[in-house]
Amino acid sequence: MMLSCKEVSRLVSQGLDRRLGFGERLRLRVHFAICGGCGNLEQQMAFLRRAMRLRSLRDHDGP
Amino acid sequence: MSGHSDFRAQVEAQRPYLVRYASLQLRDSHAAEDAVQETLLAALSSPAGFAGRSNLRTWLTGILKHKIVDAIRRASREPALSVDAPGDDSELDSLFDQRGHWNEGPATWENPDASLEQKQFFAALEDCLARLPTKTAQAFTMREHLGLETGEICKELGVTPTHCWVLLYRARMALRQCLETNWFGK
Repeated sequence: MMLSCKEVSRLVSQGLDRRLGFGERLRLRVHFAICGGCGNLEQQMAFLRRAMRLRSLRDHDGP
Repeated sequence: MSGHSDFRAQVEAQRPYLVRYASLQLRDSHAAEDAVQETLLAALSSPAGFAGRSNLRTWLTGILKHKIVDAIRRASREPALSVDAPGDDSELDSLFDQRGHWNEGPATWENPDASLEQKQFFAALEDCLARLPTKTAQAFTMREHLGLETGEICKELGVTPTHCWVLLYRARMALRQCLETNWFGK
C-alpha cells in the first residue's frame, strides 16, 4: 500500500522524534523515489533541526 | 569580601540576556522575569556550582533551562490556558488534496546551509517561530532548543504522545512554509 504525501509528511516529522520501524523507512524510501516534493520536505525538516541547533549556539554568543 | 560581590555583579550583568532568553521560550514577560529571578537566586546561593567552569553565561543558561521547564510544567497544570486547537491536524488539510497529495509541493531550496551563515536568516526564523501558536511553539522549542525527548515533552505539557507528535509536526510544517515564503522564496 503506497503512502500518500500527507502520511509521508507526518512520518518524516515523527522520524525526527522517534525511531521509525524498518517497514516505515522502506515505504518512505519508495515514496521519495517518485515524489520530489516529499524529498524536499524531508531535507527541509532536517534543515530546521540544524538551524535550531545553530540558533541555540548563537544564543550563547549574543550581546 | 570583594570576591563575592564581584561574582554577584557578574551574575547580575547577565540578567538582560537571560530575560531575553526566557522570554523567547515562555512568551510571557512576567513568567520570564520570575524564571530569571529564580535562576539568579539559585546561582548566588551556590557559587561553588560555578567553580571550575569557564563560561558564566552558559552555566546560568543551564540553570535557567530547568526553571523554564518548571514554569511550563506549572502553566500546563492550569486549566485551559492554551488556545491551540485539539490534537488533530485538520488545519493542514488545505495543503493536500482529498487523496493526500500536495496541492503545491515543497519547493527546492537552493543551498539552504548557506543561509545558516547569515544573521538575517536567524531573524526570519525568529519571526516564523513567533507566529506559532503557544503550545505548538513550546513543544517545538522543548524538542529542538532544549533538546528534550518527546516523552518528557508530553509529560511537561500534559498531553499524549500522539498529540505531542502532532504539535511537533504542525510546528515543522508551519515553519517550513513560513521560511519558504519569507526567506527562500525571495
